[in-house]
Parts: sequence; structure tokens; C-alpha cells
Amino acid sequence: MHDMSAPAAHHHAPPTSFIRKHVFSLDHKVIGKQYYALALVAALCGMVLSWLMRIHLGWTNAAIPGLQLLSKNGAPGGVMTPEYYLQLMTMHGTIMVFFVLTTAPFAAFGNFFLPIQVGAEDMPFPRFNMMSFWVTFLAFVVLMSSFFVGDGPTLGGWTQYAPLNSVGAVAGPGQGLGVILWMISIALFCVGQLLGALNFITTTLDLRVKGMSLMRLPLTAWAWFITSCMGLTAFSVLMPACILVVLDHVAGTSFFVTSNLVINDQMLPHSGGSTLLWQHLFWFFGHPEVYIAIVPGIGIVSHILITSMRKQMLSQRVLIYCMGALAVLSYMVYGHHMFVSGMNPFSSLAFSFPTLVITIPATIIVLIQVFSLYGSKLRINSASLFALGFISMFVSGGVSGFFLAQPSIDIMLHATYFVVGHFHMVMGVAAMFGIFAATYFWFPKMAGRMMNETLGKVHFWLSFVGAYCIFMPFHYLGIAGNIRRYSSFPDDFLQPLIPVHRWITVAALITGAAQLVFLYNLIHSRFWGKLATDNPWEGTSLEWSTATPPPFDNFGGKHPVVYHDPYQYGVQSSVGDYVMQTSPEQVKTEHEEK
Amino acid sequence: MAKFFAITIIVIAIASAIPILLHTWVAPEDISTHGHMIDEQMSETMVEAGVSFLAAQLMLALFIWRFSNPRPGEKVKSFPGGARALVIGAVLLVGAEVLALGVFGVKAWANVYLTPPSTNAMPIQVQAGQFAFYFRYPGPDGKLGPIHPELINEGSQNFYGLDPEHDPDSRDDIVTAEMAIPVNKEVHLLMHAKDVGHSFFVRELRVQQDFVPGLDVSLHFTATKVGKYEIVCTQLCGLGHYNMKAYLEVLSPQDFDDWLKKQQAMQ
Repeated sequence: MHDMSAPAAHHHAPPTSFIRKHVFSLDHKVIGKQYYALALVAALCGMVLSWLMRIHLGWTNAAIPGLQLLSKNGAPGGVMTPEYYLQLMTMHGTIMVFFVLTTAPFAAFGNFFLPIQVGAEDMPFPRFNMMSFWVTFLAFVVLMSSFFVGDGPTLGGWTQYAPLNSVGAVAGPGQGLGVILWMISIALFCVGQLLGALNFITTTLDLRVKGMSLMRLPLTAWAWFITSCMGLTAFSVLMPACILVVLDHVAGTSFFVTSNLVINDQMLPHSGGSTLLWQHLFWFFGHPEVYIAIVPGIGIVSHILITSMRKQMLSQRVLIYCMGALAVLSYMVYGHHMFVSGMNPFSSLAFSFPTLVITIPATIIVLIQVFSLYGSKLRINSASLFALGFISMFVSGGVSGFFLAQPSIDIMLHATYFVVGHFHMVMGVAAMFGIFAATYFWFPKMAGRMMNETLGKVHFWLSFVGAYCIFMPFHYLGIAGNIRRYSSFPDDFLQPLIPVHRWITVAALITGAAQLVFLYNLIHSRFWGKLATDNPWEGTSLEWSTATPPPFDNFGGKHPVVYHDPYQYGVQSSVGDYVMQTSPEQVKTEHEEK
Repeated sequence: MAKFFAITIIVIAIASAIPILLHTWVAPEDISTHGHMIDEQMSETMVEAGVSFLAAQLMLALFIWRFSNPRPGEKVKSFPGGARALVIGAVLLVGAEVLALGVFGVKAWANVYLTPPSTNAMPIQVQAGQFAFYFRYPGPDGKLGPIHPELINEGSQNFYGLDPEHDPDSRDDIVTAEMAIPVNKEVHLLMHAKDVGHSFFVRELRVQQDFVPGLDVSLHFTATKVGKYEIVCTQLCGLGHYNMKAYLEVLSPQDFDDWLKKQQAMQ
């Protein structure tokens, strides 16, 4: 813990040049904004890709004007080929999971706010932090470059199952250079996240100011800390797996390719590998990744709701334990992605039980959040609307997990749109709602200006209703047997489902367009928004006790001292119904405690 | 605004449940001996998940409605019972749900995967390759000849790489592009991947299983209704994945014998 009397621990002086101030900056706040900008660009790319996919799924032979400019072979005359659909789908999933859902709630907001919330001047390893962003940026560039080289990006899906990922161009367009670029990109991404996780963990453990005990950390700080621990272990497994795939391509190894495989009547020159090995390595990363995307959202939403409710959660400690339980169990459940993969059927039962058990901490989190609303003085604004929307989406996506956790039901629902609906709601939309809530909530501190509330509410209504119109029907499609990752539905039994796909497409286009309202609000408010005060939401944690926007060293050369738990609301104090963590004022509770 | 939000949540929750209650989109009729267990498990889970979904959404809406506009002078207060009641409630209720689903679910799973096929089950081999299934019946000798991958040649229709000249067991093997099975007869499906990962999914049979290159996986089932059903690939296998399918014909024993003889004559 930081000592009050210790000399200023800032490792670097304020930069003066444009490059060191805004590009290769060591300042965690600039790096946080850079991550946010990267996530924003990535989200727009991912959204446009989803539009293209949805148009194709609704109207398979439709010519999409201009698409041929992106790929002459993939979309001759603007009509998407089946392989190009798969390539766009792979890129959509990869961009969204890695560069949006991991980057924004964890790396962007965590970078900006974690050091401030613990009272530190910066992360302990600023150079690693800078490297973390630029390696991630490079990863994004490498991934996007696959659109423009060879026969385009890989078509193997964001899970990149072996041996399709390892046998080379003979397996289809993008399976040569496209896969290699994907693997290099994701390996780089892992390096970036590992460097980030290292910084987050040490910041939380070592740089807390005087009085900031672990239990006085805000829920966001806890969420980022738990996420970092997951990131450290999950990404360190995925990175070598990606490197091994590259070696299978370029060095003649056979880590993931078995003997005696034949493609185009030619025997492949591989032997001795294991295809299931990739699945184990990938999902050992992949399931914790779901929680890497959603746990920061749980922390952010709790933090915002507490501020909006003007009262504490029913138990901060239980929420922390439950987030920890999600993290630990996430490593024990990953095999539920592999129930019908050929794994030993006893293993499926072993993976099924913790998958069902993980619903207990998830349920407790939801119950605590919902029942904490009881007796509150709930303030409704864009941030709290998105936070409440998060809970609704998390519940809707979460209950479908009951089905997929059971191997016997998975026989019917595996690889159908039910799975697509489940994960889009629980880790896609819910996490995005967390990102939006965080943006509306912290934008004043980050940019020094307020966002437009009216536009924020328009954005919320269209997104909330739109997301349900898109993703709830996915579950119905899955129950009817609609298989995912099909570029079109020529089968007799899928034909009656096409009207549902068209409904989803129209909903997706409208909901996507609503995101442009958010983009406009973000850009317009950045330059012309109303100037923000230091504590516009009457918050209590340390980010609200410093200037808006925070100075280079966060607290203007001082080390704050923490006197209270993070959320002293519903009290009588000299400033209102709250006492800030840094205020020595004694708390006089106004709670009707039971 | 808050009340409108609460109403929206309720409307969405109810609207989401209506297609489920009306059975607007359902799985096709089950034609297997084990499928009813999966269907029952699905129905039980639907009830439990549905009740949880509606209860949580309605509770969320109720609290938003009630506590977004506090009365003047109203003080914040905590939910009676606090977190302890919620934690105990969640552990007991969800725990019981988890145990029930976990324990009962084992039955259906065990019937497909943990019970060996009966000794008189009919062996049929299925090979998956980009982007077609091929089926192999052992012929009168009851034995399948060995596969020689280096001999696989689609042009000469040697889909399995058989060498009947040197392997006597291969000589009477029957290779087809469609699958036919007799009704009410257990089938032991031997699954072999030629190139990359694929999957074998017949919705009506309530079976889905991946083909794993390098690993011969098997599956057993009994079809109970004559008819023609689609076999589709559900594991992303390349550009033609969406179109990788074959048909399963469930025939009467007599029709099946006739079909097999006809296929044998065509080899």
C-alpha cells in the first residue's frame, strides 16, 4: 500500500511533444482512451460486417452495392459467395470478441480508472502499458490486413477448429495466409493483454493509497483485478496454441493434424497431431474469455447503479466473492463447448456439473443487483438505463445457459442459432450495455464534457428494444433446428424459417443505425458538450475527488487518503446524501438497517 | 421514463415467452427410442428457465417502477432479510434446480453415450469429407475392409480407399451416398473423418456427433418411424459447409433388404 509520506512515485515526467503526449504516451489515461478508440473502430467494423451477413442471410442472392470493391472474388457483382460469408463471419466474431468485448470494458476503462480508483499516479510499468496498447493495435492491423492479401481472411470461425486451421490453403480460401495472419494477430493480442494484466494486478495490489484496503476498493476495481487474473492465465494458454498453428503451417510440424488425412485426393504430409488438443487449449482460454468480457461489466454496472440508487448494494462482499467464483469456475466448465466433440462421454458429465453450478454465483449477482433496487432513490439517466438494461440482458442470456449446460439437451441445440442467441445476449449485448453505461457515466471525467442525455436515451431505447428483436428470435430458430454458420438455407426444413431471418435482419439494420446516434453524441459532446463539473453524479469513489479531466499525475501532486468504504450513500453529510472516500467527515447513516 | 421502461421490460418478457408457450417453433417429431428423454429434459428445463426468466424480469420492472420516483422525504432502505436471505435462497433454489437437471439429465445422455450398442446392432460406417457423407455397409460377410487413405480417389469413386483386390473383407462392402436403415433395428454408426472436422446431425433422431480426424467415434440409435430425413453437417468444415448433407431413409425391413440388394448390384 502506498505510504502518505513516500515521495511522489510517478515514474515519468509530463510529456511535452505531441507524439509522446498523444501517440506513444506512457500515461494510463491516454492509453485508456487509445484502447477505447480502438474498440470503437473495431466495433464499427464488426457491426458493418454483421449488417452484410444479415442482409445475405435474409436475401441470399441480393447484390450489396459496393461489396465487390472489398473482394472481387468474394462478392462478384456485390453478391456474397458462401465462402466470403464465412470469411466475414469469422472476422465479425474475432473483431467483436477480442477487439471490442475484451478491449473496451477491461483495457479501456480499466486503464483509465483503475489507477485513479486506487489512488495511484499511474500503473507501475508504464512502458509495458504503452507496449500493451501498441501491440494490440498491431494485432488489429494484422487481422484487418487479411482482407487485402491472398484469397482473404480465414473462413474457420472465431474458434478456428483444427485441423481446418492447420492444413493450409488446400482446405479453402483464406486457410493458408489468412489463418497465419489470424494466428499472428491473436498471439500479439495475447501479448498485449498479458502485459496489461500484469500492470492491472500490480496496480491493485501494490499501489493503493493509505486507507485503501482491499475491501475499500470499488467494485469496478475488483472486477478489473479478477479479470486480470483470468487474462493472465487464459491468454497465456491461447498464445502458444496460436504459435503452434503457425508452425504447423510454416515449419512442417503436426501439432494439430493427425495422420492419414486426405483432401482433394491428396494425402496430407502430416502425422501424429491431435485435433482435440486445439479444442482443449482454445476453450481453456475461450470460456474464461466469456467472463473476461462480462465481469468488468458486472463491476461497472454495480458501480453505476449504486451511484444512481443512492445506496449500497445489499452486500459488496458477496458480489466480490461471486465474481471470484465465476472466475475460478470458468476454468472448470470449458468442456461444455465440447459435449459432442468426441471427448470421453464421462468428461461431458464432469464438465456439465460445474457449468450448472456456475449459475449459482451468477444468480446471486443478479439477485443482489435487482433486490438492491428495493428502497432506493433510483435516478434515471442514460448511464443507469444501460446499467439496468445490462441486468435484463444478462438474465435473458443467462437462462438459456441452463439448456446448454446439459449434455443431453446439447445434442439438439449444439451448433444451432440457440447458441448464437445465448452468447450474443449474455456476453455480447450485455457486455456492450456495460460499455455504453460506462461511457455515459465516465465520459465527463474522461473528456471534461457531458454527453447529450436526450440522444443517450434515444440510443438506449432503440438498442434495448432492438437487441431483443434481434437475439430472442435466435433462440426460437435454434429450437427449430436452424444450424449456425450456414451461408444460406437450401434445406427443406430451414426454408420456413427464412421470414424469421428477415425480421432479424431488419431489426439488426435499425439497431445498428441507432449506434450512429451514439457515435454522433460521442463526437459532438467531445468538442461541444456542456462542460462537466468534477463530480456530476455525486459519486464517492476516488475518480470523483480529482479534477475533471484529471491532471497528468491524477491528483495534482497529492496522495489522497481514504477514510471510508467505497459507497457511502444514503447518509447525511455536509455535501448531501453521500460521503466521498477521501472525506474525513464521519458518516452518519440514514439507512433503515434491518 | 422509468415507468415506461418498467412496462417495456414486462412487455418484452411476455412477448418473448409467447412463441414458446404457443409452440410456434419446435423441434420436429422424435423418431428415436431415446429422443423422448431428451425432449422431456428440454421441457423441464424450459419450465425452470422460463419461470426464472419471467420472475427476474418482472421483479426488475417492479423495482424500477416503484423506486425510481421516491416520495418526498423518503429515506433509502434495504431489502428485508438483506443479502443473506438472497444468498441462501439462490443456493437452495438454484442448487436444487441444478441437481435435478444434472441428475435427470444423465439418463438421456447415458442412453446415447454410456450404454454400449447391443451385440446385434447393425454396423454402418459413415465417412465425412469436404462436403459429402458416404456410407458403407459390411455386406454378407459382416466385416468392413480396411481403409487405405492413399487409395482414396473421388474420380474413380473409391471414396473410402478400399483395396478389394488384396483385402477380402472389402470385396462385398457396399458404399452409398445415401443412408438407409431398417425401422426398429438398432444401428451402430462408426464415424470416420476423411479430412477435417464435420458433424452428423439428424434432428428427428435426436443425435448429433462430431467426426474427429484421427479418432474413430461411434454412435448408436434406433429409428422408430419410416420416412426420409435430412442428415446435415453442423461442424464448420469449409466453404461448402452449408450444403453438406445427405438423406436418411428409414425403411421397413423388407424395403431395406430390397434397397441393400439394389445397392449391392450397383457396386
